Amino acid sequence: MAIDPYDAEAADGAEDLSIVMDDASTPLPRIDKPVLSAEALSLWYGDSKALDAISLEIPEKRITAFIGPSGCGKSTLLRCFNRLNDLVDEVRIEGRLRFHGTDLYAPEVDVPTLRTRIGMVFQKSNPFPKSIFENVAYGCRIQGMNRRSELEEIVERSLRGAALWEEAKDRLDESALGLSGGQQQRLCIARAIAVEPEVILLDEPCSALDPIATAKVEELMSELKDHYTLVIVTHNMQQAARVSDYTAFLYLGRLIEHGETARLFVKPARKQTEDYITGRFG
Amino acid sequence: MTPLTQRRTDAVGQIMTWLCGGMLALNLLLILGLLAILATQGLGYFWQKPLDLLVLVDGTKMLGEIYETEAIPTDDPGAPVTQRMRVKTANRDVTGSDFRWIDEASIASRSRPGDAVLLERQEWGNFHGFVRELRAHGETLASGDAEVWPQLQALVSVKSRERAALSRVEKGELGAINHRIERLRLDERRLALTGLPDAERAQRHEALVRQGEAEQREYEHVATRLGALRESFDAEILVVATADGATRELPVSHVVRGVRPNELGMLGSAGLYLSRAVEFVTGEPRESNTEGGIFPAIFGTVMMVLIMSVFVAPFGVIAAVYLREYAREGLLVRLVRIAVNNLAGVPSIVFGVFGLGFFVYFVGGSIDQLFHPESLPTPTFGTGGILWASLTLALLTVPVVIVATEEGLAAVPRSVREGSLALGATRFETLWHVVLPAAAPGMLTGMILAVSRAAGEVAPLMIVGMVKLAPALPLDGNFPFVHLERKFMHLGFHIYDVGFQSPNVEAAKPLVFATALLLIAVVLAANLVAILVRNHLREKYATRSI
Repeated sequence: MAIDPYDAEAADGAEDLSIVMDDASTPLPRIDKPVLSAEALSLWYGDSKALDAISLEIPEKRITAFIGPSGCGKSTLLRCFNRLNDLVDEVRIEGRLRFHGTDLYAPEVDVPTLRTRIGMVFQKSNPFPKSIFENVAYGCRIQGMNRRSELEEIVERSLRGAALWEEAKDRLDESALGLSGGQQQRLCIARAIAVEPEVILLDEPCSALDPIATAKVEELMSELKDHYTLVIVTHNMQQAARVSDYTAFLYLGRLIEHGETARLFVKPARKQTEDYITGRFG
Repeated sequence: MTPLTQRRTDAVGQIMTWLCGGMLALNLLLILGLLAILATQGLGYFWQKPLDLLVLVDGTKMLGEIYETEAIPTDDPGAPVTQRMRVKTANRDVTGSDFRWIDEASIASRSRPGDAVLLERQEWGNFHGFVRELRAHGETLASGDAEVWPQLQALVSVKSRERAALSRVEKGELGAINHRIERLRLDERRLALTGLPDAERAQRHEALVRQGEAEQREYEHVATRLGALRESFDAEILVVATADGATRELPVSHVVRGVRPNELGMLGSAGLYLSRAVEFVTGEPRESNTEGGIFPAIFGTVMMVLIMSVFVAPFGVIAAVYLREYAREGLLVRLVRIAVNNLAGVPSIVFGVFGLGFFVYFVGGSIDQLFHPESLPTPTFGTGGILWASLTLALLTVPVVIVATEEGLAAVPRSVREGSLALGATRFETLWHVVLPAAAPGMLTGMILAVSRAAGEVAPLMIVGMVKLAPALPLDGNFPFVHLERKFMHLGFHIYDVGFQSPNVEAAKPLVFATALLLIAVVLAANLVAILVRNHLREKYATRSI
C-alpha cells in the first residue's frame, strides 16, 4: 500500500481542488478544538479517485453526519479515520488526517491502538461467532484484561450503555448470533464502547434495521453524544436531520457543503445540496 | 394474449427432474447394495451351519457344512439337470483340502447326527468328526461321547486360560528380557564404536557382560518355568474319529473351540456367533491370517491414521492460513494453489515410491547413522515402519486439508474480520481469536476427507512399512513404549493378503468380506467422531448466513 502523507504534491493538489470550495463561499463551521480533522484529503483506489481534496473538522461530543448518494465516498472517508482502508490493496492517500492534532498516517502511529480510541460500528451488524459476553469483552481481552470480575463489570456497563442490558442479561452465555438484527447492532455498539473510545464511527448503522430498531439506535446515539464524539454515515436524510448536529454533504468524492444540520437542511448554501435534500437526485 | 389457464408443457424440465432423481436413486442403490453384499457375505461367516453326515453311493462317509448348491453345467441342453454341492469337510490334515464338490446323485443318505462335533484348532483349520476318548499321561480320563464331551468343554476353557497365561509369559516377561538383552548387545556394540580409553572401556564392558549374564540367568529361569507350563498345557490328548471311522490323536491344547452344531439351538448359535465375532475383532490371526482375529490390523490402521492426523492437521492448516491470509494474491500464489490441487491427483503409489526414497532411505538411513550406528547394518529407521507410512500418507492427504481449510477461511465474512480489527486487534489476534475458530468446521471437513482417504489407502503402504504379519504391535510395554520404527498390519492389506495371497483362498473368502466391513466400520467411526466434533463447533461458532 502506498501511503505518502508527506508528499509535497499533496498540498499543491489540494490547493487546486479547493478552488471549488472557495468560490462556493460556503459558511464552514469554525470549530475551536476539533477531535478529528481532514486537510485536503484525497484517496485513490488504484487509478480511480474516490475522495477529492476533502477538508473538514469533526467537533467533540457532537454527532456529525455524512450524507450523499451511493458511491459518493462517505464510507470511504469514514474508514480513513480508523485506517480500515489500510486493508484494501492499492489504496493511496494524500493530504492529512489529524486526531487531536496528531497525524493519523504518521509512521510512528500504532494502528491497533488508534483503533481502540476510534471505534467503529458497521452497516451490517457483525457480531463474532461467540457468546454475547465474549463479544462485548473481546476488545478488553485483546488488550490483556482477563479478570472475570472486571470484565463482568465492563460488559454490564457497556450493555447498559447500548440499551441492551435488560434484553441480554439472562442470556450472556448464549451465542450472539441468536439476537435479532436490531439487538445485534446494539451489541456491536456495546462492543465498541466497551474499550472506551473517544470517537465512534457509525457506517450506516440502521440501513439493515426495521423502523422500531432504528428508533432505538437513534435514541441511543443521542445518549452516547454526552460521552463520545459520533460520526455517522447515512443515506437516510431524515435520520441525518433527526440525530445529527453537523452534516456534511458529499458528492462524487467531493465535500459539497458542511454545516450545522439545522441550517443545512433549512437553507442549503449550494444548489447541489438543495437538489439532493429535496430529492431531485440521489 | 395467452389465456391464464393455458399451460405451457414443460416436458424437458420434467424429464430432467426425473433424470436427476433417478441418478440419485441409482447412487443410493449402489451404496446400499455394496453395504448389503459386504454385510451378508461377511456377517454370515460367523454363523454356524449344521453338520451333515453324507454317505455316498460308493460307501464314503463325510461330515460337512453345505455351503452352496448349483446345477452342474452341461453341453447337452436336453440332459436332465443335476445338482452338485460345495461341502466344507474341513480336516485339512487328513484329506488335504477343506472343500469338496459332491454330486447330489452320488449321495446315498443324509443325516445330522447330534454328536457330530466341530473343533476349531490352532493349526490345520477345523476338524469335523466325533470325540472318542480323553487321555492324559497315558491314562484314560474319559471315554465314550457322553463322558468325554462335558469334560472336553471344561478342559477347553481351562486351556484357553492357560494359553493366555503362556502368551503373557512369552510376550510379556520373556519379551521384556529379550528386549533388554538386545539393548545390552547394542550397548556393547556402541561401546566398541566409541573412542574411550582402554581401561575405561574394559571396565564398562565388564559391567555390561555382568548385566548380560544376569539377564541370561533370568531368561533361563523363565524359560524353565515356561517349559513346565507348556508341558502341562499339552498334557491332555483327545482321541477323535472322522466320519469314516479313522481315529486321530489331538492335543486338547490345540482346540480353540468345540461345538456340536446340530445340537446348538437358536440361543446356542447366537452365543457362538457373538463369541466368534468378538474373537474376530479382538483376537490375533492364526494360520497365515486365514483364521482367528484381526486385532493387530485394526490397531495398525487406527494408529497409522492417528499419527498421520497429528502430522497432517498442523501442516495443512498452517499452509492454508498462509496461502489465504498472508500471501499476496498473485501469480505465484495461484501457481502454488494449482500445484497443491494437482498433488491430490497424483497416483498414490508415486507417493509410496517417494516415501521409500525420501523417508525410508534418506531420512531413516540418516537417523540410523546418527543415532543407531550400533545396530547397523540392520536398519532401525532405515526400513519401512509405521512412522514413514504415516508421513507418506500425510503427504498424500495434505492437499485435501489445505483446500478444505482454505475454503473454511474464505467463508469467514470480511465484515467479521473488520469488526475485530476495528476493536484494536492485530491481524494475528483477529486470525487467532475470530477467524480460526470460525473456520474450524472447514478444517475438520478436511480432516474427515483426509482420514477417509488415508484409512483406505494400501498401495503406497506396501513399500513403506506394511506387512502381512507383524510380530509385535507398534505400542507395547517395553521401553520406549511407542515403537514408530516397527512394521505394522493394515486392514486394507489384510483384505488383499487373505483374499488373494493365502494358501486357502476358498475358506478365507468370507473373511475378506468381514474384514472389508470392518474397514468401513473403522473409517465410519473415525468420521463420525470428526463429524460430531464439527457439528458441535458449528453450533458454537455458527457463521452467519445472511
